[in-house]
Amino acid sequence: MVAMEESLGIEPAPERPSVDAAADFTRAIEHGRPDFAHGVILYLDDISVSFDGFQALNKLSLAIDVGELRCIIGPNGAGKTTMMDVITGKTRADSGTAFFGQNVDLREMSETEIARAGIGRKFQKPTIFENHTVFENLELSMKADKRVRTALFAKLASDERDRIAETLRLIRLDDAADNVAGLLSHGQKQWLEIGMLLMQEPKLLLLDEPVAGMSDDETERTAELFVSLAGKHSLVVVEHDMAFVARIARTVTVLHEGSVLAEGPMDRMQNDPRVIEVYLGR
Amino acid sequence: MRTLLIALWLFASGAHALEAAIVEKLAFGESDEQVAAIAALVAAGDEKAAAVLQALAEGELQTAGKSVLIVKGEEATDAVTGAKVAPLPAEREDVIANNRLRRELAGALAGLKLISPQREIRLAAAKELAGGADAAMLPLVKKALEKETDAELKSMLGQIAAAMELKDGSKEARIAAIRMLGGSNNPNTKMLLLSVLEKGKDGSFAEPDEEVRRDAQASLRAVEGRLAWGERLGILFTSISLGSILLLAALGLAITYGLMGVINMAHGELIMVGAYTTYAVQNLFRAHAPGAFDWYLACAVPAAFVVPAAVGMLLERSVIRWLYGRPLETLLATWGISLVLIQTVRTIFGAQNVQVENPGFMSGGIEILVGVVLPWSRIVIVLFAAAVLTGIWLLLTRTRLGLFVRGVTQNRAMASCVGVPTPRVDTWAFGLGCGIAGLAGCALSQIGNVGPDLGQSYIVDSFMVVVLGGVGQLAGTVYAALGLGFANKLLEAWQGAVLAKIAVLVFIIMFIQKRPQGLFALKGRAVEG
Amino acid sequence: MGPIADRIASAIARLYGARGWSTLAAFALVLFVMFPLCNLVVPPGNPFYLSAYWVTLVGKIMCYAIVALAMDLVWGYTGILSLGHGLFFALGGYAFGMYLMRQIGSDGQYRANMPDFMVFLDWNEFPWQWWNSDQFWWCALLVVLVPGLLAYVFGYFAFRSRIKGVYFSIITQALTYAAMLLFFRNNTGFGGNNGFTDFKRILGIPITIPETRMALFAITGATLIAALLLGRYIVTSKFGRILAAIRDAEQRIMFCGYDPIQYKLFIWTLSAVMCGIAGALYVPQVGIINPGEMSPANSIEIAIWVAVGGRGTLVGAIVGAGLVNGAKSFFTQAFPEYWLYVLGLIFILVTLFMPKGVVGLWSQWKNRSA
Repeated sequence: MVAMEESLGIEPAPERPSVDAAADFTRAIEHGRPDFAHGVILYLDDISVSFDGFQALNKLSLAIDVGELRCIIGPNGAGKTTMMDVITGKTRADSGTAFFGQNVDLREMSETEIARAGIGRKFQKPTIFENHTVFENLELSMKADKRVRTALFAKLASDERDRIAETLRLIRLDDAADNVAGLLSHGQKQWLEIGMLLMQEPKLLLLDEPVAGMSDDETERTAELFVSLAGKHSLVVVEHDMAFVARIARTVTVLHEGSVLAEGPMDRMQNDPRVIEVYLGR
Repeated sequence: MRTLLIALWLFASGAHALEAAIVEKLAFGESDEQVAAIAALVAAGDEKAAAVLQALAEGELQTAGKSVLIVKGEEATDAVTGAKVAPLPAEREDVIANNRLRRELAGALAGLKLISPQREIRLAAAKELAGGADAAMLPLVKKALEKETDAELKSMLGQIAAAMELKDGSKEARIAAIRMLGGSNNPNTKMLLLSVLEKGKDGSFAEPDEEVRRDAQASLRAVEGRLAWGERLGILFTSISLGSILLLAALGLAITYGLMGVINMAHGELIMVGAYTTYAVQNLFRAHAPGAFDWYLACAVPAAFVVPAAVGMLLERSVIRWLYGRPLETLLATWGISLVLIQTVRTIFGAQNVQVENPGFMSGGIEILVGVVLPWSRIVIVLFAAAVLTGIWLLLTRTRLGLFVRGVTQNRAMASCVGVPTPRVDTWAFGLGCGIAGLAGCALSQIGNVGPDLGQSYIVDSFMVVVLGGVGQLAGTVYAALGLGFANKLLEAWQGAVLAKIAVLVFIIMFIQKRPQGLFALKGRAVEG
Repeated sequence: MGPIADRIASAIARLYGARGWSTLAAFALVLFVMFPLCNLVVPPGNPFYLSAYWVTLVGKIMCYAIVALAMDLVWGYTGILSLGHGLFFALGGYAFGMYLMRQIGSDGQYRANMPDFMVFLDWNEFPWQWWNSDQFWWCALLVVLVPGLLAYVFGYFAFRSRIKGVYFSIITQALTYAAMLLFFRNNTGFGGNNGFTDFKRILGIPITIPETRMALFAITGATLIAALLLGRYIVTSKFGRILAAIRDAEQRIMFCGYDPIQYKLFIWTLSAVMCGIAGALYVPQVGIINPGEMSPANSIEIAIWVAVGGRGTLVGAIVGAGLVNGAKSFFTQAFPEYWLYVLGLIFILVTLFMPKGVVGLWSQWKNRSA
């Protein structure tokens, strides 16, 4: 485990002020980087979203601590994906507040700004750049100055190459670096997307069904990875695979019909009659 | 001159029979006497008098000794008695009308037409006089007014009389005339009333009496108000008319693009195919059943649906089917189809525009105000659009095909799982959309030329309607079509057709900024992607 | 080698391999040596003589090829299908046409120091759009600025409200359609229906003499090569990879922290500017510009050039523009009534059976034979 952690390169990357200082047009960064002094990285309060009368989220409140690994479970339609959409700016909440740290109001920001503020997301269906090579996928997602001007004249520095190589090893795709990503297996695509997320060096990772379509072996390695990431990053994992959740979870939140039904350690959740009724019991 | 005429009129006004003396003066008298005689005949105002004047104008009035004859070819009648004169006297002389006489004659004949038994002739004469009449006609007009029974003509004549009074009448007569004009809805009366209020160069009013002017002001306001309403009604109708044409053109797209998501750039050409089908059916009727020509639309409407629908189904099977899910490719391929269709039609029917004739019942129109005519053809198209809309609505909501189409639209995989034959539904739905395009073409053929480029001019407009209305919503399409019709026509009245069109396009582009999903989009749960 | 020379060397290596560069050199040789020699030096009647017809035709097609390159950058690489590129082309043409009209001076039909159509419309002074249009530099600036600004403003609103796919295509079509209607009006001040024609001079030099024609031809050729290299530089840069990523998964690129609006806006505006320059080169060679160039049909044809050649390959855009327009000038002369059939079938067959275009077929064939 320890050896793995080292190879993962999950030491918090040295801050590279040049990047942040240059990204002057991102509001989140301009008006102050997220402030995590109170130990909370994500704070949702009273969030409601409805689509044509369908209440997808109903006064949802949730707080994630810095460095926490939180699993979110719940039956289909419980609002898990919608919640991620709200956090990442894809869907606007009808009411309620969403803060990243103490001070960054997510509801005011675009997807791009939220991503730059330090929230990374993995989709339910792996979304990678299918026509790019694995290497290029990682290159594009790497934390860097992401403005047009820089992109036009960008050249990969050697330390950047090293970081990509490192991640390639971590996600076990170093042999496939120059392969077109669209040709990877489903599990490999999942890993590539996780790798891309890591290249972004986000403070908060949102992972929507990360182990769907993975073999047992791959699932096990993913579990190890997530556990090792926790502490340095904060993770929110939505997953249906209960064994996987049980393997990694410290705290589990159960969503039902758009709001939090119960929250606590996995074993307690598994024995909670309300949870059993809506979800586990079925 | 004028006083003389009036004097003569007074002298002759009692005479109802055609007096021999007058006719003789006309035939044998000096120039002045002849003019007086014409006036007297006009004042007599009956048919015999009209016949004499007509004969004089056409050079058919001749004299034989003392008698005056109207000679038509080999037949002659006595101008005074109207009795037949046979045999034709050998010694005859033409009554020559000099230029001055001809001028008098022309006015007189126009006046006499006012009392013609035929309504159309009276109407035409009244319209001519409404443009501006000689004061000498006033008695005649008044007389005609008394006799007139037709309401429309009566009001026209009343106006003409009032206009004449304004020029020469007493103060009371002028005020009465002005009040009378206040009830008019003819644009000419506005000019007339304005002329009363005009100031001369020296600052004095054309109308010296202030009371009369005040009345004129009031009447002017009344007329202007009514004219404005007429104009508004006209714009309202042309807007609805344009809106219903846009609706017809866009309804097919609302199905193929709106419901099925197929971007069919050949839609305009299917409209064109529908128009040419109508043209072909019309030709068949003209050649084989000219008696039933008025009924050709009864055949043309179904044909204009079936032919484009068949073309559409063929296209769906052969080309579009393979491009589902690749909208940009579909766009290009269907554009190619449109080019092929255009050239095919050019090869068959020629590159020139062809003329489709309206059936009898669609020509003419209702004149709601002077100058505001609602053509029957446009009224029929508005009704037709409403009927097609109702038909589609019923088809989509009340039939199995409609149920299938909606099902496939909302969830293809699920529809397929529950046994809906999705490929066949696609073909039928696409055919339906194309058939409706054909119906639009049939309607368009009734109000304009039909040419191979017909479709090109509608494709941008119909896509704008669907885009503005929102995808997947018939109601949106209807509102968007009517809205665009109104916007176009209102702006057109204000800034001209081209700028109106540009303004509308710019508006749509701006609108899409605010509501990319159109007016009536369903807000869906965000889909992964 | 200094660092700058180093950079240039690596850029050259990045753009094309040895084969690519030598093909390009051969192409340049044909354009800059063979054409001038065969047109100007070889006497008429000699089998190697190239008539003015060919110079103008190839010059015209090269202008189209620049447009096709511009289209490939936005469609092939970024996934934005524009049906309004003809508008930018025409705007560039009109901007430069204004200068050419002013160069006519008093040699027009009415012998007035004003374009004929203005005399005909009884105008006594130039409308505001014509301000400074007798200055070459000003019109050259307009060639870049007008299409660029229009594209930037339009693109800003369209991309900001996330209009994409077919929606975007339809709206660009409406845009060029609206512009066409506008330019058809006499009051717009650009000659209405007839547009600009009967040019006499450029920079004071008679425009119809063979030397001028050849100079314009060579400038067009150089611009085409420059456009190809610029395009190649862009698509091989990180910027180009981001464009393709936007095309394939815009959501993901946003969640990676890129702002796709800025990227699209840059390439969209650049593409429009390229079209404007192509239009400005086109007008003096062909000798006419009118609102017909803005018709939706013209713009959509640009897309098929790219599709025929092969999307997302740059070279394919040039090949496609050459093939389709070569076929067009052949058919419209030999069998004018069949051209629409041919063009229509090209649209249908290429989209159905040749998604990668001619270049795709070529590489497939090479792979199979290798």
